[in-house]
Amino acid sequence: MRRMSWFNVTSLTLGFAFLYLPMVILVIYSFNASKLVTVWAGFSTKWYSKLFQNEAFLDAAWVTIKVGLMSSCLATVLGTMAAYVLVRGGRFRGRVLFSGMIYAPLVMPEVITGLSLLLLFIGIGLDRGVLTIILAHTTFSMCYVSVVVSARLVSFDRSLEEAALDLGCSSFEAFRLVTLPIIAPAVISGWLLAFTLSLDDLVIASFTAGPSATTLPIKIFSAVRLGVSPEINALSTLMIAVVTIGVISASVTSKRASLRQHREEQAAERGQE
Amino acid sequence: MRRLTLIAIPYLWLVALFLVPFLIVMKISLSEYALSIPPYSPYLDLSAGWAGVVEFLSQLDIENYIFLTTDDLYWKAYLSSLKIATLSTIITLLVGFPLAYGMARAATEWQPTLLMLVILPFWTSFLIRVYAWMGLLSQEGLINQLLLWLGVINTPLMILNTPTAVYIGIVYTYLPFMVLPIYSILEKLDESLLEAAEDLGCSRLVAFWLVTVPLAKNGIIAGCFLVFIPALGEFVIPSLLGGSKTLMIGKILWEEFFSNRDWPVASAVAIVLLVILIIPILLFQRNQQNQREADT
Repeated sequence: MRRMSWFNVTSLTLGFAFLYLPMVILVIYSFNASKLVTVWAGFSTKWYSKLFQNEAFLDAAWVTIKVGLMSSCLATVLGTMAAYVLVRGGRFRGRVLFSGMIYAPLVMPEVITGLSLLLLFIGIGLDRGVLTIILAHTTFSMCYVSVVVSARLVSFDRSLEEAALDLGCSSFEAFRLVTLPIIAPAVISGWLLAFTLSLDDLVIASFTAGPSATTLPIKIFSAVRLGVSPEINALSTLMIAVVTIGVISASVTSKRASLRQHREEQAAERGQE
Repeated sequence: MRRLTLIAIPYLWLVALFLVPFLIVMKISLSEYALSIPPYSPYLDLSAGWAGVVEFLSQLDIENYIFLTTDDLYWKAYLSSLKIATLSTIITLLVGFPLAYGMARAATEWQPTLLMLVILPFWTSFLIRVYAWMGLLSQEGLINQLLLWLGVINTPLMILNTPTAVYIGIVYTYLPFMVLPIYSILEKLDESLLEAAEDLGCSRLVAFWLVTVPLAKNGIIAGCFLVFIPALGEFVIPSLLGGSKTLMIGKILWEEFFSNRDWPVASAVAIVLLVILIIPILLFQRNQQNQREADT
């Protein structure tokens, strides 16, 4: 084991303290009995029960989950198609424009993406609501999915696909039976990324949401603009808890999967000898 | 045929929901504000045929762009956004590099956990991470309470609603974007190079400066762009932490659109912001390409 210098220990400690202390304090203060968020007045869970009685928040949460699920699934399908076209599609007319349109939304400021989509929806007379948010989220998250999936497509051995084709698979069968299982981890992480981006998005949703549909970030933003509120602390704590559990279980699962793969590879090598 | 469908579906989707909206923004930025629905003119009337198109083109002008240069609110906002984005990128580098370095030097069995700890905030809501600082930085907030208790200050500091709070917010939320690319390079760094430099008479600090930093260059550049590009158009951080006095262009665009309802000026603000962003974006892409070539 390498010995850590005091400098490295300090920078790790300070760095992670900076990253985590604000969240920890937020979580602690969500259990504060006082309405004044800065004065500690004993332990209480009343803000959580208040939160669950607040129908506006529950409605917004439902809209957010609906939008997140719909847009992430659409984005995964479109993004995987786009990645396949970019990596395996060969040359076609307008390929440069296509790859430009995949990468540009990644660096486009959110205010501009939101503004431009809003102007489009108004231009074609589409009423703003759940549908327009789904369209907007699908568009920017499919680009993230396609970047994640194409990284995986580039790295895998194309001769596997060719072997399947030689053995009589149609190109669709080759994709379904060979390519898809290999790129599946990237497709799944692309979906997760798209889902999180959608749940998290405030700016683009604010532009494309109408009065009939409010997402949770829009609701949180309008509440905290006026200052810190204990109910938002409780809501934040719940969201942080869900993410933490999700990320930890995902990393444990992928660690197990890679251990299993490692064992299988070793077994296969022993079999060959 | 099947190949054509495969190409056409994502292609048409992006044309309809990315390219066309973008062209609409360009078009409206050249239009004039009007008290009608839609609130700008000229309005392209395709039913009038070719004459309508000519009529439409002849009415477009760059008046909004001239307006942006005459009202000093806008160029002040662009300059202040550039300043805030640049300075906070530098601060993020100063905070992020030691963290990435410490991670890369940590024991191998610890590294996956440390990596997960850096990635975890990235999955947590951006809005909540910014919001967490509102309570900390306010005049009755914990930071002021702590400083008062320690006797460092006598009256609470005004941090929230100042540019300082915006810097803190940007550094905090974008820190993982700086740490990850630097870490991924430092982790691969061959330590025998450093030992060689020390054997040849370099002090540890000189070896760090002459060996580690140049090798980590691509990671540092990538991290800086990953912070700078989104920070320049940032909206949430200045509007929650910056107060009314902090000018940032993302906020101006938002207000121009939602409060003043001046769509042509909002569109012109957006186009100028993009023009400013083109240079760093192109530089970033070149850096990524160099990196890929270096990897293969």
